Amino acid sequence: MAIESEVLVIGGGLAGLTSALSAARTGADVRLVSYKQSTLRSASGLVDVLGYTHDGEGPVTDPYATIPELPDPHPYRTVGIDAVREGLDLFDDAVPNYQGGHTDTNALLPTHGGTIKPTARYPASASAGLASDTRDLMLVGLESMTDFDAPHAAAHLDAAGVPFDVRGVTIQFPGDLRADAKVTRYAKLLDTNGEVTVRGRDRPAREALAARVNTELDEEERVGFPAVLGDDHAGAVRADLADRLSADVFEVPMGPPSLPGLRLEDALFAALDEAGASIETGNPVVDFDGEDRIERVYIEKNGAEIPNTAEEYVLATGGLVGKGVQSDREGVYEPIFDCHIPHPADRYDWFENEVFGDHEFARFGVETDNDLRPLDGGGDVEFPNLRAAGSVLGGYDLAAEKSGSGVSIATGYAAGRSAAQEAV
Amino acid sequence: MLTPNGDKMASAPHIAVIGGGSTGIGIARDLSMRGLDVTLVEQGNLTHGTTGRMHGLLHSGGRYAVADQASATECIEENRVLRDIASHCVEMTGGLFVKRPEDTEKYFQEKLAGCEECGIPAEVVSREEARAMEPHLAKDIDKAITVPDGAIDPFRLVVANAASAMEHGARIETHTTVTDLLVEDGEVVGLEVEHDSGSGKRVHGTEGGREEIRADYVVNATGAWAGRIGEMADVDIEVRPSKGVMTIMNVRQVDTVINRCRPKGDADIIVPHETTAILGTTDEEVEDPAEYPEEQWEVDLMIDELKELVPILEEARTIRSFWGVRPLYEPPDVGSDDPTDITRDYFLLDHETRDDLPGMTSIVGGKFTTYRMMGEEISDHVCNQFGIDADCRTADVPLPGSEKFSVLRDYMDEFGLRSPIGRRSVERLGSRADEVLKTTDPNPVVCNCEGVTRAEIQDAIEQSGSDLNAVRIRTRASMGNCQGGFCCHRMANELHGEYDESVARQAWDELLAERWKGQRHALWGEQLSQAMLNYALHATTQNRDNDPADGEPVDFAAFDAGSTPAQSSGEAGVAADGGTEHGD
Repeated sequence: MAIESEVLVIGGGLAGLTSALSAARTGADVRLVSYKQSTLRSASGLVDVLGYTHDGEGPVTDPYATIPELPDPHPYRTVGIDAVREGLDLFDDAVPNYQGGHTDTNALLPTHGGTIKPTARYPASASAGLASDTRDLMLVGLESMTDFDAPHAAAHLDAAGVPFDVRGVTIQFPGDLRADAKVTRYAKLLDTNGEVTVRGRDRPAREALAARVNTELDEEERVGFPAVLGDDHAGAVRADLADRLSADVFEVPMGPPSLPGLRLEDALFAALDEAGASIETGNPVVDFDGEDRIERVYIEKNGAEIPNTAEEYVLATGGLVGKGVQSDREGVYEPIFDCHIPHPADRYDWFENEVFGDHEFARFGVETDNDLRPLDGGGDVEFPNLRAAGSVLGGYDLAAEKSGSGVSIATGYAAGRSAAQEAV
Repeated sequence: MLTPNGDKMASAPHIAVIGGGSTGIGIARDLSMRGLDVTLVEQGNLTHGTTGRMHGLLHSGGRYAVADQASATECIEENRVLRDIASHCVEMTGGLFVKRPEDTEKYFQEKLAGCEECGIPAEVVSREEARAMEPHLAKDIDKAITVPDGAIDPFRLVVANAASAMEHGARIETHTTVTDLLVEDGEVVGLEVEHDSGSGKRVHGTEGGREEIRADYVVNATGAWAGRIGEMADVDIEVRPSKGVMTIMNVRQVDTVINRCRPKGDADIIVPHETTAILGTTDEEVEDPAEYPEEQWEVDLMIDELKELVPILEEARTIRSFWGVRPLYEPPDVGSDDPTDITRDYFLLDHETRDDLPGMTSIVGGKFTTYRMMGEEISDHVCNQFGIDADCRTADVPLPGSEKFSVLRDYMDEFGLRSPIGRRSVERLGSRADEVLKTTDPNPVVCNCEGVTRAEIQDAIEQSGSDLNAVRIRTRASMGNCQGGFCCHRMANELHGEYDESVARQAWDELLAERWKGQRHALWGEQLSQAMLNYALHATTQNRDNDPADGEPVDFAAFDAGSTPAQSSGEAGVAADGGTEHGD
């Protein structure tokens, strides 16, 4: 017998999790299935909504004032500004340790590359790093962590004209972590406050780290570290370090593997679990039945294809990175339902010659009607009970606009709500 | 020239060599080892022209054994020399000439006979034997011929030659463009050059400048660009540049060089190269060696033709494609229509006898595998101009990195590097491994795809200044599957300290641009997914596409300054969330 639910969400990234949460809170019986690790662990953990205009102007202060200027179709235009706001309300409610909801104005956060990035929400762990805060700042890098060079990032921030003095120091992490230690190794050590050996003496890791940083600290009121400050007990790690340094402590968001991204993923899964959804991870949707409507999908598990049926389906499988959109030399396709993905016939029209050109491939994804239902090549709805959310949607360049998280949240919210309303 | 006790004579003639490819650098090494005073200028990085854009084949000569036996014989001779003097640049993979049912038996036999005539060790192997060597060969091949083809890293080879030349007193100037030849009384007496960023190692932002380099003799070793130099002194050098595409796969589908056993044709070779395999190539004449179309059909042709030999190429992932321009030359009276008919031989054009312009010789044509031999011949020619009788030693003295050395030592323990990173570092560095890797500081990996550590990057920075593309070709950092997605910023980080932030930023931008160039030709399937990930990492996470340091000033006060009293009042406080026990 098939596994049944009212709404079945395919995909466990930001869009899928938001869809499932939105559907569950609308009152539907929801099931979420996801296959591979989501792209959240590659993302910085910052939740951007819109940082730059379609023409690359910015950073913009107010994303809501800029959304109406976006070209149509754009996922924000499809769901409307209210859905963006309501989606973020849902996010704020589900993920308590994020900030930024007190204002419509974008925040600017330092990146590990030494630039600043506009974002609408940021983890509490990053909040003391706000670039509009005028307090002087010290960045601390770890000698064997090549992803973040604190003096380099500080000099780069200075060149960006930040309104405070910033300098960077590089220290050896207390103890003897191997040169290629993973970020989770540092985080775990700080979480457990495990003993490290410094000049022959065993000391708790947090104390030893703070002692080392204190030898470098001048008058700075805030200190930034690469995002390795704890995993399960991140707040406590920061509070402890802040106390010992008499300064605010924050994390600089990093690239993959990203602890802030992983923490966000955990928080969303916890919220979804609390909302009563059923969750199955690690197995792919490989096939489906249905001509006019999707009757059921098949999930491959230990070599068997298990049918799952639902009234309504949400496709939140990601874009090119998440493999919800795939390609070969002949063209671009959506691998599960074979939804139409508009793209130029000539592969050499998919990209521009400049590295940060206006790349067509960045906008690859399904086109939808106003209810986020994918359209076929003729402009008709592919399946009346299939909606799409997040990066599987086309028509926007998340990297140039800095809109990836916001689109996932807004379209996830709208698709989940609509699917639930239809199903219940 | 050397005195009997080995000192350089005060009167050594000064030779200016134009071109930092394999030919020019081979000449510079040879002449400086013979005691001459050498200055080499190159408009880009070392290997910037054709040398850095070849398939990395160390020819056995087998490819020329039917149609061009003179070239084939030279190839096998130099193949043996390079295995000896450049062991850290060479991987003796062996090669196969594979016959498919549609390829003629007649040509197969001609190839076999040709190899024997040229002294190229060759043996026939059955389909089963060939497929035991290379399991991914097509099931329906007939048979194959084994030859001693190999893989060679052109970057490493040229850098090692440059290091040797500098040890012998040569001056090497990269990013230095020849703007004119100095001609006095009908004789070439030197060069006028423009330095992009001062002389010596390249440092971004350093003011450039003009320089007159007086020389007793000039050697034009600019390959496909030779005509440009000739024009400066009104002499005609009819180089016929011919482009060829090479497509890089993400893994080594084969560990042996695979050639198609048929007469000249496009897309007939696969060369295993480091962690990749390179498919080649095409042969099409172009007008301008710097500006020519790079087209989709060329890439598609590589895959569609070579999958006949190795079927899994059809579904495999390519990480980029690049084009090179052969500096083909034929004497004006030959007049071949088809570039594939033009000889691969090289020509020494003495402009005194040819154009009544003393003081300069050009070398054109030829192949990478025989670069040393070309260098020897032109060095002999130069020495003759000055009546110098000095022996060529380039075939006998190993290059730096290939000196007495056993890779069997356990470097992993010695340098605290984990396998396979230690092994790969040592393979790249050869006998320089000690000097480069012995450090008491932490030595983390900077490029994960290619296993390149900080010590190796720092060594390359020391050699090449602030140029990250020069660091790249020395170390292979950013040349693996992710094509720099995960390591370009790390490489820029490694520059900072020695160089200031604005220099590091320019070098970083250049590296990103260069890495993008070749990836454009691999944008489908896995690599398009990788490209989107890289784009998101660089533009979303790092915001490098809108770097505020490059743009208009940002009005920081107009943005969110935080929601807590500590942030708005400017007082230090505890962590903003008060320290919950939950992760965030």
